[in-house]
Order: sequence, then C-alpha cells, then structure tokens
Amino acid sequence: MTKSLTLDVNGASCLVRVDPDMPLALVLRNRLGLTGVKDGCGLGQCGACAVLVDGEPTLTCVRPAADFEGRRIETVEGLGTPEKPGPVQRALIEARAAQCGYCTPGIVVAVTGLLRKDPHPGESAIRAALEPHLCRCGAHPSVLRAVRALARAAPR
Amino acid sequence: MSANPSLAAHPRVEDWITVRPDGCVEVRSGKVEIGQRITTAVALVAARELDVPFDRVVMAPARTGLSPDEGYTSGSNSMEQSGHAVRLAAATARRELVARAARRLGVDASTLETREGLVRSRETNRTLGFGELVEDAPLTLPVDLEAAPRAAAREAPRSPRIEPLRLRGLVTGALRFVHDLQPEGALHARVVRPPHYHAALASLPGDLEAGLEGARLVRDGSFLAVAAEDEHHALRAAARVAAAARWSAARGLDDRPISQQLLGNRRESFPVRECRPREEPVPEPPPDAPRTMRAVYERPYQMHGSLAPSAALARFAGGRLTVWTHSQGIYPLRSAIAETLDLSLESVEVVHAPGAGCYGHNGSDDAALEAALVARAIPDRPVLLKWSREDEHAWEPYGPAMRMELAAHLDDAGDVRFWSHETLSDTHVVRARPGAAGPQAGRFLAPRYVADRVREPARAPNLTVNGGIHRNATPPYAFPETRIVKHLVHDLPLRVSALRTLGAYANVFAAESFLDELAHAAGADPLDYRRRHLKDARTRAVLDAAAERFGWAARAAAGRPVGAGAGAGGDAGAGRGIAVARYKNAKSYCAVAVEARVGDDAAIHLLRAVIAVDAGEIVDPDGLAAQLEGGFVQAASWTLLEAVAWDRDGITSRDWESYPILRFSAVPEIETVLVDRPGEPFLGAGEASCGPAGAAIANAVFDATGVRARRLPLTPESLREAAAES
Repeated sequence: MTKSLTLDVNGASCLVRVDPDMPLALVLRNRLGLTGVKDGCGLGQCGACAVLVDGEPTLTCVRPAADFEGRRIETVEGLGTPEKPGPVQRALIEARAAQCGYCTPGIVVAVTGLLRKDPHPGESAIRAALEPHLCRCGAHPSVLRAVRALARAAPR
Repeated sequence: MSANPSLAAHPRVEDWITVRPDGCVEVRSGKVEIGQRITTAVALVAARELDVPFDRVVMAPARTGLSPDEGYTSGSNSMEQSGHAVRLAAATARRELVARAARRLGVDASTLETREGLVRSRETNRTLGFGELVEDAPLTLPVDLEAAPRAAAREAPRSPRIEPLRLRGLVTGALRFVHDLQPEGALHARVVRPPHYHAALASLPGDLEAGLEGARLVRDGSFLAVAAEDEHHALRAAARVAAAARWSAARGLDDRPISQQLLGNRRESFPVRECRPREEPVPEPPPDAPRTMRAVYERPYQMHGSLAPSAALARFAGGRLTVWTHSQGIYPLRSAIAETLDLSLESVEVVHAPGAGCYGHNGSDDAALEAALVARAIPDRPVLLKWSREDEHAWEPYGPAMRMELAAHLDDAGDVRFWSHETLSDTHVVRARPGAAGPQAGRFLAPRYVADRVREPARAPNLTVNGGIHRNATPPYAFPETRIVKHLVHDLPLRVSALRTLGAYANVFAAESFLDELAHAAGADPLDYRRRHLKDARTRAVLDAAAERFGWAARAAAGRPVGAGAGAGGDAGAGRGIAVARYKNAKSYCAVAVEARVGDDAAIHLLRAVIAVDAGEIVDPDGLAAQLEGGFVQAASWTLLEAVAWDRDGITSRDWESYPILRFSAVPEIETVLVDRPGEPFLGAGEASCGPAGAAIANAVFDATGVRARRLPLTPESLREAAAES
C-alpha cells in the first residue's frame, strides 16, 4: 500500500515511504519532524498548515503528499531559526505579533510568499494574503503592523 | 495570612524562586502560559525586583509537585496572585542576599546596593555575585508580606523593551506544542464520538478491530477510541469505526429557540448586592415611574474556538500516570484524573505543555482525561490523543446563552433614578475543582459515556462575588437605586462552561447599550451622559483617555440625523460608539471607542477602535496592549458573527465554515492607550476589553443607522430584524 516519494523540503531531498493518500502536513510533521507545520483543522479552512510550494503559500492538511513530488517545499523552519530568524520572522518579533502563536507559522509563510512576489504590497494586498489565516487570539493588528513595516522598509 | 491565595498556600521564598549558584534565577509559577504572556510578565517582575538581567531569569514549566498550586489560570487573576507573590518573594530574596553580603564583607547592609545580579559596596566598590551568596546555603526563608518593592522596579517599564519569552520559538516553528510531542514509541489516538450528547452506542461489529490495519480499539461503554503508531492510520481507523458504529438516542437536543427556554425553564433567582448573590427572596421591582425605559438583550451560545483542537499526551507505566496537557489548571486536573481513575494523587503527574489559546475552559481537560483513559488501556506506551476540528467545535463546553433584562426610571432631566439589571443564563463554571459538589468525573465528557457512567452534576448557583452569570451585572455608575438579579436557568440544551469573561461580556454589552439608549432618550451625548453618572475617578480617567485619543468632539446629539458621520476625521456615514467597564468590578478599568459603518447590505464594517486601560502598575506594556487588542478582536468576532447552531440531531456548527470567526479583512485599526499607575497594585487585564468592545460596536451601529440591535450577533439579518421591530 505504501509508496516511495521524494520530496524537496527546505532545500533537502527527502525520501519517504507513505500511504499514497497521506496528507503532506502529516508527512512533514510526523516523518520529517517539521512540526512548525501546524495541524489546525484538517479541512483546509484555517491556514495553520501553510507551506510555500514553488514559492506559493499552500495548505497541506488535505492534499496528499504524492501531489508535491518535484515541487520545491519550504516550511516555516526553512525560513529561519530562533538563532537566525528570517526577515519576516524578525518583523513579527519586533511587532510582538503572536500570542499563543499557533497560527504564526502559517502567517510567516503567507507573508513570505506575498513579499517575494511584491515587496511593496498595499493594505488590500496584505489583507488578502492573510485572509485564509485564522487567528483566535486577535493578534491581527500587530501582524498587520509588522507587514506594513516590512513593506515600508523594502528597498525601492 | 495573605489576601493573596497563592501566597497563603505557598508562603516561602523557595516556593517561588531559586537563586542558583551560577547566578541564574529560576522562577516557578503555577499560572500557565496560554499566549497571554504571563510567564514574561512574571519573569519581568522577578528580574526587576531582584535586580538581575531579564535574560538570567528562567521560568520553570508548570508541573505538579514542583510548581506552586495556584488553581486555575483564569479570571484575570494571574498578575494579582502569581505576579504579586513573585514580587514579594523576590523583594524578600534580594534583602536576604544583601544581608548575606553584609555579613560576608563585614559591613553594614545600608552601605550596599544591588546592580544586575551583584551586590556592591558603595564604600569599597567590592562586589559579590548573587550566585556566590547562595553557594553555601540556598535561600530558604518565609516571604515577607511587608517587603518593600524596589523603587527602581516601578520605573523599569519604560526601559528597555524586552522580547517576550517563547516568541522566537513561535515565529520559527521551533517551539513544540503538546500536539507536536512524539516521544519514542508514541501512539496516536482519536476518539470516535456519538452524534450528540444524548446518544449511546447501540452496536459495533464484533470483528471491527481486525479491519483496522493494526490500530487498537479501546471501548468502554459508549466511549470509543482508536490508537495507532501512525497518525494517518489512526485517522483512517477512526473513520472506519465511525462508519461502523450504530448509535441510539432516547431523546435529541431541545431545539426550541433559546430565548424561549431561558424564559420558560425552571430557575433559581437571587438578588445581587455589592456584586454578591444573596440567598434571599428577590424583591419585587418597584412600580413603574412616569418615565420608565426597558430593553431586553440576548447573547447566543458562543465558542472558545481554539485554533488547535485540544490534545494531550499521557503515559501510564508501573501504576504511575503522567499527562502533558494545555489545561489551565494542572493541580485541579491532577485531582480530577486521580479521582476518576482511582489512583492516588502521588501517582499522577500533570505537566503543562503549550497549546493554542483556550480563552477559558475548552476541550483541554477532556482531552487530558481521554488520553489518560487510553494510556491506561494501553500501558507503557505514550499516547498522543488529539481532538479533531469537529470534536472541538461540537463538544467543547460553550459560553452560555444569556438574556439580560434592563429597566430604568428617569427623572425630568433624563437621569437615572433607579436601575434594574436581571440576567438569565446557565451556569458559567463547570470546571473540575477539588471540593466541588459531586464526583469530579461528571465535569468531563468521557465519564458520561463509559459503561460505569457518571452524570454531569446538577447545577449549583455560584454565589461568589462577581461570579459567572452576574459578573459585571453591577454597573459602575453612581445610580441612586439599583436592583440586580441573577437567574440560574436549569435544563438548557448545550454543554457549557467558562468562556473568557464569563457573564461579563454580555452583561456589559447590555448595560452599556442600555445606557446609550437612555442617553439618546435624554438628548445627551453618550460620553457626557456617562460622565454625568460616573463618580469613580479611575473609571472616568479611562473613559476620558479613550474619548480624547478617539477625537470624540462634542456635537449636538439632539435632533442630529443618525448616520451623520463620526466627527473629526471620521468617515461620512459612519457612527461612533463608546463604552466603559471595570472588569469584575475589581480588575482593570477599560473604555473602548469604535467607529463603524453599516453598508447597504446591513453588514457592519469596523473602521477604527481606541482602547484605554488602567491596569494598575504596568509590568509589560507590549503584553498588556496585546491582551487588550486581542480581547477587542475576539469580542468583535463574537459580536458580529458568532452563534453556535444546533438541531435535534446535534450541533450543526462543526467547522470554521459553519461557525465563522473574524478574519483579517474585517479587523479595524486599533490604538491602545495605557494609563500607568506606578505603585498601584497590578490589575488583571486579559478580559477587560471584551465587554466594552461589544457595547461600543452596538452603540456605533445605532449612531450610524438609528437601529438599536439588542440580539447578538449583529449580523445583517439581526440588524434588519431590529430595524423592522423599531
């Protein structure tokens, strides 16, 4: 029943044997230990499981891992570390833009995807990129402040 | 004895603080981190009071047997209990360190000072590190309840800005939540639930386990769980069991309108004086005055809606049980688990592990008990049990539906002579608690479904000061006469317990909406009308601070067409609303002003909000502002969108589409004004903004449209209904 897959995750080629219908989020979390990919609904409704796939923010809790062979996958762990956080992570730290933080990895991914395409997004583009991401603590205002600060600071 | 229950139970410095020989300071709090940054605030208090650098303070994870027993992390009590205890423990410890240094150096303690973890002689410049002073003897002494806080500690909030604990771990995904703990040999477990509360397992095929690809089936009565080494297998096995199980139910959920059930069901009523229900007959309301106004406000059942479904890790080995949980109360949970599983307290250990924000009593404790049940059935293997999204939506204990009946007698000037506030609701507190009536097991889900089932305990009225239903039913205004009544309504249809603010959100929504109605009737500006009735200086100060930052310029209210614009800098067609409350009549003071516009489709758009708060002496301004903003956003979501739906066959709000919450596109600009009161006691702030937020939004909607919406949530449908009724 299982199938061998080669996944390109955070710059490394990873060989896994999984059920063909196993969602990517479970493979990343349970086989590759990338638990920054959060398990929030399993329904593709909350955004906590987002990763970048070929640079595009993508939900991973429903679609099988097999769909992602040959694609470039980046999880929140690939975007920085506690010792060396990436630019979006630094901006969120500076703006204190997390409370419980369960939605935060998905937000880091969404903002990274947005800024790579458009370093100077306007308010509506910022909100549109964040719209798929639920946050129950109400960290939204501080997240928005962080992203606006990044957009302002990006070189013209 | 101290008025602080945490200190009364743990009166010694070493209960709270260990200064280690390496100069680091370990701080133990029984309050748990749930995203409210309490550990950061408590660490800051310790660092400032002891005079050590912030990065030398280590917060120990909350764990039974090691941490102080501080009950639940709830009620906005943490800073007043844990923060206060650690402050006094640290002040006592610092004085002892100086005394030891004085003896060691042979000088008078008054010639010594502390600086960043050192004791220094002002005369000789000799220094001794805190670590050196505990090498021979750790600090063991009683907390001095009179220990004077270090004056400089009060100045500290202004500098330098500290980075919250854990934040780097959160933004990089490195921090492990309980959901992410997968020790060697762990099994993944899922519960297979009945269609609704009253259903019982009728049949399950005998050969079912054989078809589960090696997954284990745990069955006890109607409690069903599966466990497998691979999470995907566990999910598949759960789906197979769910498809094969047949359930029966003697009755369904009562699906009559909740307002009808609140009014018609059996109830117990209590007059409330000085915020405390009295076991006395409720006095008859006085006869109507020549000018009497009345209004009824309603709040539906609403969810905690944690972003992560609840989870717990449990391991049962050699007769000992260890549970890793995101519960708000490690000690009450330990006692309940020990009682339910018939284990001694000593053989159960409960360790707090990060979870998603819970905002009260969500599924965390149920998941912990369920993990323990599965771990006991499969000993020697760690069991990570996770709820599904549907489990969390359909089975968490909701914030209860409420009905608020307000009335006022007015004088010729339109001022309040008599104010009446009655609240009808189910109880708001069904948590397990040592000493609570009946078996603890009845407060959890699983024991209601096992073969040897335990029923939910009968509702008992909570008669504590500002308890659940009557929390903030007592207004902050100096009305000549008031009549506050709490009605505990029995036999209501949905499972409930504590949701952030308990009754306060809806009581403040009702009272501050009604006050706005009175102001309008008096032809008065809502801000002026509030100030007219408000004597308390600190409540007035936050109201004024919010109004000033908002730019609440006076304007003639009488005869002003509604929807005439919010004033200075405002959006034409927008309305403005303001509201104020002191949470629990005893915690932070908070005022909220809102600018909102209502579209042609009757949808409400929040444009701007200003929050002003007085939380006593401020410890962590960033954390304080985050709690207020977060409280506003969550309350805005409750106010605009949220109502749990059900029918006879069960809960129909089963995911984020059937129970939507506020998204990024709908969040307004928010400014927060922090009124600092150095030297004043810490006041809890985590729930302060929710009540005023709801009322300020409703008041802004009225200002924009002339429609008074009294039934939450304020959806386009409810606004249209309100418009038709008015």
